[in-house]
Amino acid sequence: MFNRIQNLQRRSELLNRLRSFFYDRNFIEVETPLLSSEVIPELHIEPIAVSSDATRRTAFLQASPELHMKRLLAEGMPAIFQVTRSFRADELGRLHNPEFTLVEWYREGDDMQAGMNLLDELCQTLLGTPPARRIRYGEAFQELLEICPHTATCEQLATCAKRNAIAIPENMPTTDRNEWLNLLLTARIEPQLGLTAPDLLYDYPASQSALAKLAIRDDGIEVAERFELYWKGVELANGYHELTDAAELRERLTVVNQQRELAGRHALPMPESLLAAMQLGLPNSSGCALGFDRLAVLAIGAEKIGEVMAFSEENN
Amino acid sequence: MPTYSTNEFRKGLKIQIDGIPFQMIEMNFRKPGKGNALYECKLKNLVRGTVTDKTYRAGQTVEAADVSEFTASFLYKQGEDFVFMKSDDYEQYELTPDQLGDDAKFLKEGMECSLLVFNDNPIGVTLPNHVILQVQYCEPAVKGNTATNVSKPVTLETGAEVLAPAFINIGDWLRVDTRTQSYIERSKDPNEG
Repeated sequence: MFNRIQNLQRRSELLNRLRSFFYDRNFIEVETPLLSSEVIPELHIEPIAVSSDATRRTAFLQASPELHMKRLLAEGMPAIFQVTRSFRADELGRLHNPEFTLVEWYREGDDMQAGMNLLDELCQTLLGTPPARRIRYGEAFQELLEICPHTATCEQLATCAKRNAIAIPENMPTTDRNEWLNLLLTARIEPQLGLTAPDLLYDYPASQSALAKLAIRDDGIEVAERFELYWKGVELANGYHELTDAAELRERLTVVNQQRELAGRHALPMPESLLAAMQLGLPNSSGCALGFDRLAVLAIGAEKIGEVMAFSEENN
Repeated sequence: MPTYSTNEFRKGLKIQIDGIPFQMIEMNFRKPGKGNALYECKLKNLVRGTVTDKTYRAGQTVEAADVSEFTASFLYKQGEDFVFMKSDDYEQYELTPDQLGDDAKFLKEGMECSLLVFNDNPIGVTLPNHVILQVQYCEPAVKGNTATNVSKPVTLETGAEVLAPAFINIGDWLRVDTRTQSYIERSKDPNEG
């Protein structure tokens, strides 16, 4: 049994300390639309569409505040943060609720290392964690599964999954390496992350760059400058050294929409307002999104997200 | 045949794979930030009782199990087996000790249970959550000790043994939770109405 009222009180204290963390570092708190006609299309995130008979227009409850916060960054706000509700259809589980609270921030001038440092500092301050260990995505796969995630073929990844006695879904695609990488990550790597100190997983495969910049490392491998923080097996935050090239973003999102249609889902509208802003210039920056409900789960030592929310899908 | 999509998955769901009924006894929604959602399930084979792990990708569908559940009362033991009678049509069903497991120790003649049937074969039974049973044997109650934090083992009329407070006597009636196999409270004699 958990004490719901006490948990909500502790959640409120945590929120207060979180805001102080950013105010102390001269971040400006912003508020951006929850409802917008544009989204940033993603292959595996379903925004919730809202339509109105009166206007005959469809808008989307935002899956993250990224689109509008980057427009503010482009307009010249160098350090911004936001605590906001975000919506993702069909995401429901121990650590998922279709409506949840996201903390998102951007700071001009930061590269990936600076972005990771800020996130590490935040965890140390709010959760009292020891300094985070930094481990490259490739190293984690080599260490735990003895396979290179950047070069292995689908067949090799499938063999690796079988060798590690992973329950493999029946309809795994034979050409999408990312699906296999996610299966291996979820089943055998994530549970090993952040056991004694938080782990910052970084240098993701270029194919999972999302909105991160690409870079070529000394070993000649192209990686995405993206990072995720894990603490006690919980994926807590995702950050990027932000992609600033509008043409490249348009290209990536066009591919995402093609993949969505191949998977039998609707293509989503392009974020033209963001693309236009990027054309005029998005400064070099790092940004990060952190699940506040999960932060509360970890701070309070709760079992699941519903225990730290006033009303979750379980009782709303 | 009705089907369930992954977004309908939940603990307790009864599904069918290659004609065999399974119950989802655990369902863990896993979704790496930017990756496809995975549904990690523990499935209990409702015929054999074994448990297997199975993972589904978002959007997959599974068949709903062709099982029915109805009220039946326990009649008597015939040899090793337990005989139940369906309440509405008096049809009789036999279950083996293996199918009943630990629940057998709480079964009393006339007890109304929920019987699970697959292809006309009984495959499991669920006892009422709370049952009232008489104490057949225990050490004598300690006089004056009304503390509820001192426990002793008591044997019930059906043969089950549970831990009960020290003030309980032989012949007392106890309300017991069959799911946790634990004492809840002392009860009135149910036969006195």
